[in-house]
Amino acid sequence: MPVADDAIRCDACPVLCYIKPGRTGACDRYANADGQLVRLDPHVVLERAVSRGDTLVPFLEKSREWDGALLTGEETFVTAIGAGTTYPDYKPAPFIISSEVAGVDMVTVVTEGIFSYCGVKLKIDTDRHLGAECSTVRAQGEAVGHVTTNEYGSQMLSLGGVRHLTGGSRHEGTATCDALLNVCNRQAVELKIDDGATVIVQADKAPIVDGVQEERMRVGCGSATIGMFAKQWFGKVDEVVVVDDHITGVLSEHQAGKLLGVPETGIALKGRRSTPGRYFRVAEPGTSWGGTNIDDPLSILGPFDREVARPGLRLLMVSTTGEHHAYFELDEQLRPAEKELPAALRESVERIRENCEPALCTVLFMGGAGGSLRAGVTENPVKLTHSVRDALTRVTCGGAPVYVWPGGGITIMADVSRMPENAFGYVPTPALVAPIEFTLKLSDYATLGGYMDHVRPLSSITSISRDEESRRRLAARPDNPWPLASEKRK
Amino acid sequence: MNNRAQIRMLLDGRRLHMQDGPIDVIVEVFGDVGEIALAYRAAADRFVEILDELCRELAFLRRPARDDGDLPSGPIARRMLVAVRPYASQTFITPMAAVAGAVAEEILGTMTAAAKLSRAYVNDGGDIALHIAPGEKFVVGMVERPDRASLFGTTTIESGDPVRGIATSGWRGRSFSLGIADAVTVLADTAAMADAAATVVANAVDLPGHPRVGRVRACDLAPDSDLGERLVTQSVGELAPDDIRDALGAGIRVAESLRGSGLIRAAAVNLQGETRVIGAAGWAQRADVSAPARGLVHA
Repeated sequence: MPVADDAIRCDACPVLCYIKPGRTGACDRYANADGQLVRLDPHVVLERAVSRGDTLVPFLEKSREWDGALLTGEETFVTAIGAGTTYPDYKPAPFIISSEVAGVDMVTVVTEGIFSYCGVKLKIDTDRHLGAECSTVRAQGEAVGHVTTNEYGSQMLSLGGVRHLTGGSRHEGTATCDALLNVCNRQAVELKIDDGATVIVQADKAPIVDGVQEERMRVGCGSATIGMFAKQWFGKVDEVVVVDDHITGVLSEHQAGKLLGVPETGIALKGRRSTPGRYFRVAEPGTSWGGTNIDDPLSILGPFDREVARPGLRLLMVSTTGEHHAYFELDEQLRPAEKELPAALRESVERIRENCEPALCTVLFMGGAGGSLRAGVTENPVKLTHSVRDALTRVTCGGAPVYVWPGGGITIMADVSRMPENAFGYVPTPALVAPIEFTLKLSDYATLGGYMDHVRPLSSITSISRDEESRRRLAARPDNPWPLASEKRK
Repeated sequence: MNNRAQIRMLLDGRRLHMQDGPIDVIVEVFGDVGEIALAYRAAADRFVEILDELCRELAFLRRPARDDGDLPSGPIARRMLVAVRPYASQTFITPMAAVAGAVAEEILGTMTAAAKLSRAYVNDGGDIALHIAPGEKFVVGMVERPDRASLFGTTTIESGDPVRGIATSGWRGRSFSLGIADAVTVLADTAAMADAAATVVANAVDLPGHPRVGRVRACDLAPDSDLGERLVTQSVGELAPDDIRDALGAGIRVAESLRGSGLIRAAAVNLQGETRVIGAAGWAQRADVSAPARGLVHA
């Protein structure tokens, strides 16, 4: 919010400093750079630690002492986190660092990009119905995204994008930026889907749908589950119904049951029969049994066929995750009466659960590096695009690998879980501030019109002997390719 | 609980670093492993509440303190006001002059209430609260300039000493100063007392109207500064030896009077390489930096 004297109000914390141009707030972490609020966190330097499995010494885990054995030179990679930004982008990126890798001078251009064109693709592992496709997703009551496709065992949401960030009301933009920032920084965010569920999402954590924490992904659709487990059920139970919002499976009618010679049971399913033993829409979508809205599994059954069914017939009903299950035997009137699940069947229900992977939320940051950000790297921005395309330049986000979308421009996707903690910031535009690093050979850098006179040796970053907290030294994640490694380059 | 605060162990695996907005503290405690864990957990749980708690009374805390009138409601805010009140009738001071020390004390108190510790310190940006169990001691080192890590003195604080707070103020620090001292380090009974006194003494180390001292209205730098239109020091050129002596003398006189009334126990005043010390008998100046001085170094 602009106030008198070009000061801006920082709302990063409740102190709400007014910051004049060129000054920092009380924290020395946020500053006013030409009217833009920027973050000046201590620079994050990724250390490629030799054999460590963790990324940071975790809070309160004293048992794992830092062994102190860090390598230097090519083993240190400077991320863009805390580097500051080039906005409005006419000046070279804040840090252009050279480090020698296997005899070839490498240059890493690091900057924190201000992304107006950015958002998050969110994969929520759940079979529960979160909302209809295209429904609006809200945070703090404002529209921040929409429901996209249903993937196998997961619901995809799209959050952010330039239309929500800057195309709507001020509140919409702020709420969108806030939601993106938090979800990218791996904080929990509550999302409400119009005519759908309220879901709390957090990167690498299980989603919480309408107050219920999701535990496992389904092993397959109801029909697939029948196919997978038919042999294990054969002889231990007469009928199995695997309840699923997508395709509910019935053992005795299913191809797998037929092959085993499972006799007919006279069961009658509601819903629409697709092929034998496979039923669509046995109930409405919901957050209960197998992603349907039913709490009583018997509600999807009609009366048993008196010609076929017999008293004592054993029926197992189970959801695709094994989370819900019930066991019945038919009484003299051929009505299912609930009984305790026999031990032999408990094992198969456990097996279904066991085969369901933990349900998670996963967050991919997606953003486009605009011409002006690219201009911070080279005087001729399109050459950077070409260089990335030709795989001469590697792009990373906070040291994490990115997928560069084919076609024009530099549109990237990166898994926020592979980036250091709190890698993202924001500016009140509103827009997200994300780290982005371009790594290439020094000679290639010169060819594409790089700012050669701004190249600094790595040692000038890592040897600055200010207090040890001024740079965040992190161990690199072992599952990330080392940004400067040459073997992975084409 | 808020989700701004960053709380993590430093890479040495011993010290806890907590940051929330402008509050940035480093904590280290000594004791049994289980007690250390209890202390850090308690510190973290309390820490996340502090900034919101202070900001609820921020407007009051930025106004000049009065030695009568209402007390604020939060325990930290109250400690801030109590620490600056002794100065309120003679000089301009707001409770903010003691915020760092008061926060350090709060975290220290939370930890010592939760766990049995032999020693502990909470370093809130150079303002330090100490816990020293009977028979224990801390060796404290001082640096004159944060960008030059050389000690200009060390002192030992033993459990029998009344000192439990250390604070440093100077124009090069994070807060604005009305004076020209590079660093004034004060030992006092509590961290909040030390914080307030260091501010007052650093303001007194001054050469009013000196042409080599660059001053700017605080509000021109930070519109919401509690110092308003008062001139704060932004640069100090090389001073003549007489000027240095005069400025140090002005500071020392104030420090002596504070010591006489029990508000501080010792002070070291540093200006352009010259240091004057009062109160600390064992204050060894120009310590040999290469000696592995176990203890605190604050900037």
